[in-house]
Parts: sequence; C-alpha cells; structure tokens
Amino acid sequence: MEWETVIGLEVHAQLATQSKIFSGAATRYGAEPNTQACAIDLGYPGMLPVLNAGAVRMAVKFGLAIEAEIAPRSVFARKNYFYPDLPKGYQISQFELPIVGRGHLDVALDDGSIKRVGITRAHLEEDAGKSLHESFHGQSGIDLNRAGTPLLEIVSEPDLRSAREAVAYMKKLHALVRYLEICDGNMQEGSFRCDANVSVRPVGQAQFGTRAELKNLNSFRFVERAINYEIERQIALIEGGGTVVQETRLYDPARNETRSMRGKEEANDYRYFPDPDLLPVTVDEALRNAVRAELPELPDARRARFQAEYGLPAYDAAVLTASRELADYYEAVVAAVPDESKLAANWVMGDLAGALNKAGLEITESPVDASALAQLVRRIADGTISGRGAKTVFEGLWAGEGEVDALIDARGLRQISDTGALEAICEEVIAANPQQLAQYRAGKDKLLGFFVGQVMKATGGSANPQEVNRLLRAKLQA
Amino acid sequence: MHDLTLAELAEALASRACSSEELTTHLLARIEQHDGELNSLITVDADNALAAARQADAERSAGRAGRLTGVPLIHKDIFLTAGVRTSCGSRMLKNFVPPFDATVVERCRQAGMVMLGKANMDEFAMGSSNETSYFGPVRNPWDLTRVPGGSSGGSAAAVAAGFAPVATGTDTGGSIRQPAALCGITGLKPTYGRVSRFGMIAFASSLDQAGVFARSAEDAALLLQAMAGFDPRDSTSAELAVPDYAAALTQPLAGLRIGVVDEFFGEGLDAGVAGALEAAIGVLQGLGAEVTRVHLPQLGLSVPTYYVIAPAEASSNLSRFDGVRYGYRCEAPKDLEDLYKRSRSEGFGAEVKRRIMIGTYVLSAGYYDAYYLKAQRCRRLITDDFRRAFEQVDVLVAPSAPEVAFRLGEKADDPLKMYLSDINTIAVNLAGLPGISVPAGQIQGLPVGLQLIGRHFEEARLLNVAHQFQRETDWHRQRPARFA
Repeated sequence: MEWETVIGLEVHAQLATQSKIFSGAATRYGAEPNTQACAIDLGYPGMLPVLNAGAVRMAVKFGLAIEAEIAPRSVFARKNYFYPDLPKGYQISQFELPIVGRGHLDVALDDGSIKRVGITRAHLEEDAGKSLHESFHGQSGIDLNRAGTPLLEIVSEPDLRSAREAVAYMKKLHALVRYLEICDGNMQEGSFRCDANVSVRPVGQAQFGTRAELKNLNSFRFVERAINYEIERQIALIEGGGTVVQETRLYDPARNETRSMRGKEEANDYRYFPDPDLLPVTVDEALRNAVRAELPELPDARRARFQAEYGLPAYDAAVLTASRELADYYEAVVAAVPDESKLAANWVMGDLAGALNKAGLEITESPVDASALAQLVRRIADGTISGRGAKTVFEGLWAGEGEVDALIDARGLRQISDTGALEAICEEVIAANPQQLAQYRAGKDKLLGFFVGQVMKATGGSANPQEVNRLLRAKLQA
Repeated sequence: MHDLTLAELAEALASRACSSEELTTHLLARIEQHDGELNSLITVDADNALAAARQADAERSAGRAGRLTGVPLIHKDIFLTAGVRTSCGSRMLKNFVPPFDATVVERCRQAGMVMLGKANMDEFAMGSSNETSYFGPVRNPWDLTRVPGGSSGGSAAAVAAGFAPVATGTDTGGSIRQPAALCGITGLKPTYGRVSRFGMIAFASSLDQAGVFARSAEDAALLLQAMAGFDPRDSTSAELAVPDYAAALTQPLAGLRIGVVDEFFGEGLDAGVAGALEAAIGVLQGLGAEVTRVHLPQLGLSVPTYYVIAPAEASSNLSRFDGVRYGYRCEAPKDLEDLYKRSRSEGFGAEVKRRIMIGTYVLSAGYYDAYYLKAQRCRRLITDDFRRAFEQVDVLVAPSAPEVAFRLGEKADDPLKMYLSDINTIAVNLAGLPGISVPAGQIQGLPVGLQLIGRHFEEARLLNVAHQFQRETDWHRQRPARFA
C-alpha cells in the first residue's frame, strides 16, 4: 500500500526579551542555577504576574509577518499540573484566545516549488524551569533560571507531508524569527525547539491517521530523523496488523529511535481556566501600526529584491536570504563591488560557505569579513589574479595571514597582463611548436588550448588567461 | 488608652499627650494579659513593635510625623511581613518567613504605623468562624463560647477587645464584613482592585480584596487612605486616583437614595436581626435619606456560584504549596509522588482540602462547562442585578450576617450550614463592589451588623453614610464588658 505522511509542528521560540514574561528577572542563558529567579519565578505566596509588554510586541510582530489575524483581546490561562520545576503548580499560557490567529508561511521545497503552510495560531506562555537529575546523590536538582522565560508557541496546520518538508518549514520559521529579531534561534540552548505530530494514512484517504506527538526536537537533523523513524514505525505497525495509539513519544538521538513517554490515558487533565491575576491582553490598531512600522524587510521580499536588483538566479537569491545575517553579509560585499553581484554571490555561497561549514562557524563569526571578500572579488574582476590564485588568497585571508593585495604580492599571484612581455612568450611558444601550428592553421581549432597551456606553463601560471587567449588567437591566425 | 479611636489616638500622639512607645507598650501588655482567652493573634512581634514605636516617636520629634505615625495596628496573617512569620493560619506555612512586605504592609509602614503582630484567621482564609485555623479557633470577645466570624476573625476580635485601634483583613466572600458584624466593629471591604493584592496570599484571586477593621467609619477611612491606590505589581489593581475619604465623611445624607434589598430580608434572617436593621434604616431615613425597596432577583445564585468559582481558583492558587521550595514538607518522602501527597495531606487542614477537591472537580475535563463556565455566567447575572439596582439608588442596605455570633462547633461539622453564613456578603464579592458593615444593634448582648453596599469605587460614599449613622447611634461605642 502507498502511504502518505501528515505532519504538524509546534515550535517553541524563546522571545528575546531582557526580562521574563511576568517578572523583572533576567533571561540570560547559562547563569549559575537559581541566580535569575526572583520570588515571582519561585512561585512565592502572594506573588503576582505582571505582563512584559515587550513579549506582546514580539508576538504581534510575528503575527504581522505571517499575515495572521492579531486578536484585539487575548486571554492568559492557567495550565495546571504538578512538577518540581513548575513552581506555581501551573503554567501561564494562552488557551482559548491566543494573541496570534491563523496565518501562513511560504516554504521552498526541494523541487523548487513553493508550498504555503498554514499556521493555526501562535500564543504566549512562560517556560518552566529545569530538573537536573545527575550528581545530586540520588536526589534531583531544580534550576529555575528558565522559569518564566517568554515563549511563543507556533502551531502549524497538519499541512506537511514529509520530514524534508517539516525541516524546510522549520528552517523558514527559524529564519523568520531571526529576521524579526524576536528570537536568537539558538537551538543548542533550547531557544528554538519543536514537537512534531506525525501520522500516516493510505494515499487517497481523507481522514487523518492516529498521531503520535514527538517531543522536544532541538535540531533540524533530529526533526528529520525522528520523523522518518516514526513514519517507518507507524507503517510497519499498521502493515503488521497493529494500530497506532495516540501517545507522546520521546526521540532518542543516540539510538535514533522514538520511545513511548506516556499514553493518552496517562495524559494530564490540565484544567485550563482564565488566569484571574492577569487582565486580558488588548492589541489595538495603534499598537499594530507601530509594530508594523518596525518590521524589517522579510525573507520573501528580500529574495525577490535580490533577483531583481542584483540579477541573481532564484536559487542564489533563496540561499543568500535564508538568514538575515547571510543576506546582510552579501549586501555588504556587493555594496563594495556593485558590478560583480553574481561573482560575489558565487564566492559567498561557494568558498566562503564551504569554509564556514567545515569550521562549524556562523556567518557572523567568519574570519573573512565582507570588505576583504569584496576586495578579493575586485581583484578577480580586474584581472589582477586568476580564479585559482583567488583560492590561494582566500586561504590566506581565512588563516588571517594578511590583506588581499599583500597576499597577492607575497604569494606572487599577480597575473602577467603586460602585453609586451606576454607577446614575446607567445611568439616563443609558437616558434617552438611548428607542427601544432600547422595543424591549427589547417583547422584544428582545439589546439588553441594546447598553446594557452604552454604559455601558462612558461609563465608559471601567472599569465592572465584571457589576455593569453586574445594574443595567441591573433598570432596563430597571422 | 485602648478605648480610643484611631482618630483620637492620632490626636493624642500629635499633642504629645502620649508617645507611641507608651501606647505600644500598653497594648502589648493587654495582648499579653488577655489574648490567652481570645487566641486572636498567631504572632506577637513585640520587639519590632517597640523599635518601630520609638522610631515613630523620633520621627515626630524631628517634625516628620504624618497623621498615622506611631499608631499601632495588627495585620491579618495573610499579608507577607518581611522577617516575620506569615502562616496564613496553616500548618503548611507555620514556619514561613517571607523576605519582604505585602504592598498593604509596606504602605502602612511608610505611613509610620506600628505593627503589633499577626492576626489569627481561618486556614488560607477558608471559613466563616475562624475554626479552621491550624493555630486553634479565635473566641468572640462578647461571649467566649461563640465564634468571632471568619475568615478574618482574629483581626475583628483583636480590634473589638481593644488590642489595637485598627487591623487589616481580607474579604473573599464576606471575611471582613461578617466578623466585623459578629464582633460589633466597623469593617470595610473595598472595591475589587482598590487595594493591591501583592504580597497577600491568594485564596480566590478574582474575589480577594484587602480591607480594614476599625471602631468607627472615620477610623476605617483613615486606614483605607493609607492602603488604597494603584500598585504596578498587581495587574488587577485599579489605576484610579484615591479620593480624600476623611473629607467625604461629613456630607449630609439629605436626598441620598437608599435601597433595601428585598431578597436579603426574607427567609433565613433572624427576627431580632431584622428588627435591629429596621431601626437602623429608620435612623438613615431620619438623616434625610430616601428609602425604597429594590430587588436582586438572581441573588439566590450567589452561594452556589461562589462555591464553584472560589474553590476553582483556590485549587490552582494552592498548587504551589507542594513541599518542594518552602513551607511544610513531609518526613522522609519515598519519591516525588509521596512528597506531594503527604506534604499536602499533612500540611493542609480538612476545609482547605475539601475546597481544593471541589475546585479540581469543577475545572476537570467534562465538567468545566457545566460548573465553572456556568458559574461565570451566573456571576454576570448577579453583577447585572446590582448594576440595575444602582440605576435606582445610591446605596444598598442588607444584613451583614443572617444571625448573631453562633457557638463554637455549632456549624463546624456541616459545611453547607457554614457556607450559608456568608449568604449576605458573597454576592458583593462576585460583583466586585465595596461593602461596609457597621454595628447597628444588639441581641442579648451580641452585636448585629448593618451592611451598606456601594457602586464600584464609591467607598467614600459608604464611609460617609456609615459615619453619619455613627453620629446618630452609639452601637459602635459599645465594648465587650470583659475587655473594657
């Protein structure tokens, strides 16, 4: 039987506010345990939450960017359950009335097509603390630094049909929140993580299959692997005569498998009800307009502009606008060499991206800054160095061994473009190969390459190949 | 000295007729001598009180005294007090010492007031008789075999017994007005949002409101003035200017429209109480008020509505008491579930557990719509009734309690009977309105309370009517003989 996969993602994006969503404690990552938790975060008796207006602004910003309805009035609710890292015994979240309603995101798929993925809602909530189960002599430690950190939970429609699509959607969302500067997107630190709802159904069947929820997938690779594992597990189960049960499963990256965490019957009854300590959140037109005015150029618009303004192919424009930082880097290079936008794109997407990837660095951490790369592009364009020479210069730049022009001189990479000197060498080469000359003149045009090769060899590779071509062509005809 | 009102004491302090230290010493001695019978205080903070009194006297000598500087008071043990144990009447918090003050406490401190101690109360403010306290019941100063009312029974009894001129309390369903009535003093529950809830241990967040106990409406006005006003730390506190309550007291009542709520004067009201209230209404008429009868047809819904909403919120508010970070923790827990179950089973009393269970039930999947959601709709209907009534009249009158103080143990085993003690006060909380109880008679030596209910944020008018009433009557000047 042919199977179709149905996936919906719930992404938790930690909002980049200075302080927590309901208290004045800092949200910095990596502090000593329990040094960034005030009495409100600790759930002390008598403490009351006060909403951080910055978190609301960020949620509105996100809503506008996905062309969603922004609720004029949304309500915080309490999600009640007991856990040691949940100090109040309830999490303040939004349930029936979320701040961001239905919106969408356009995602480029592997085949180059664009898929519109529906976003059901996005709501504000507070994060819980962390339980530390190691090295406390059989007891558990609790770190409440993260308790009360603002999260935006972004819930997609079950529109995704493969693990690749899910990853493409998640990457697009990741780029968007970073473009909007509402989330640092740091997945290792848990600032951007997701749960995936996965089910399968026979192709052609309208009704959804029973879904499993995969918890806490904190890298793109894990999302893809966990979903693929889960798809295979469900298909094998059904084809083997079994049925999928609705449950929560945890992905174990070490074993690359998902394991049941709790079934439907063990699920908590969260007893949601509106939080009486907080007033409904109102977003009026003035706030919407103020936030709209702050919106940066969004990825889709920027990609279109890159194609139009820099004459880039769609693929290049998509790659270069995948992150705000990469696009900014590229535009800084192009600003210095406006006539070489394609060459600049090739270098940013090629050698630079390759080196960064190999070193595991972000574009913002690149040892080669935009002005250095621009100078390199300029020297290729004006014929000072060859493409091969440029690679040598790039390696020097990467290793921090000097600036572009200094490296060219130090490595002797300057191409011989002096027509007089080159002419003499060309003539010597022609004179030394009379047989090939005769064949060329008899119509064997391909031998031009042989002569160019001989000249390059004679100059130790430092001749400008275009110039050599031009000179040889003229002399061989004569 | 202990018989003077706050207004009189403020004058005595200002004229140097006495010092705050003398006054504080005297009241601490009275507490020491008499509270064994009443059990109105959980904690007496004598050393800090005397230090604060000396500080107040120094401020006065330096010319920096305000009207309340050096005036002693007692806080209900539901308000956080920096460095002083705050138990909320529960074993759960019997050793809990908060690191800072509630806003109410902080504002009283800033006004120069001297805290003598923390008043006994029903556990987590759940009760109408002060019998659910982990620290034992409070007795009524008018008759030691009777209850002082609850949940702020300790505050009411302490003021009635002359331990302090004023005290703070909280009122979720009548917890200020009912004990004020039963103890023969004045008790004001302000509008929801008038006084900050920050640092006040939550029972039912949408109903809880801090207020005052005093021996006169004038005193209540002075204390409320110090406590009221917007607090950025409480999102539900109102961002509205606070009027000058004392200045409003002297307004004549001529032309004031008073509505007698018909539904409050029917079945279940003690005949003696009804008689006392009729006389009191006559006094108000004599002062020029126009009295009419009004109806609140949905009033019958208020007790069931309250006993869905309040436990629902309480079940969630009390989840934080889990034995993990502070408060009571059971001995040698086997595992996490054991830690939760035993800490909560041993740390909470029976009434608190009952309400947590009711609240958990009404919020559960499958029951939420039938109970919680329906209760919210009923709450809206009750609020609408009041709104319509206030289109016809300025102030409503009602009994504060259906009867005088009942005997200890009389209702302790029957929660329904106990819940009905608040039948006259609960609707006011559901509507978020201000209400005041003033002494309006006695039946066989036991006080009767008249309740006045106002529009939102019209505390000044309630205090005005109460003050004018107290100029014509002396019920508020009666003191229990035992504590003269």
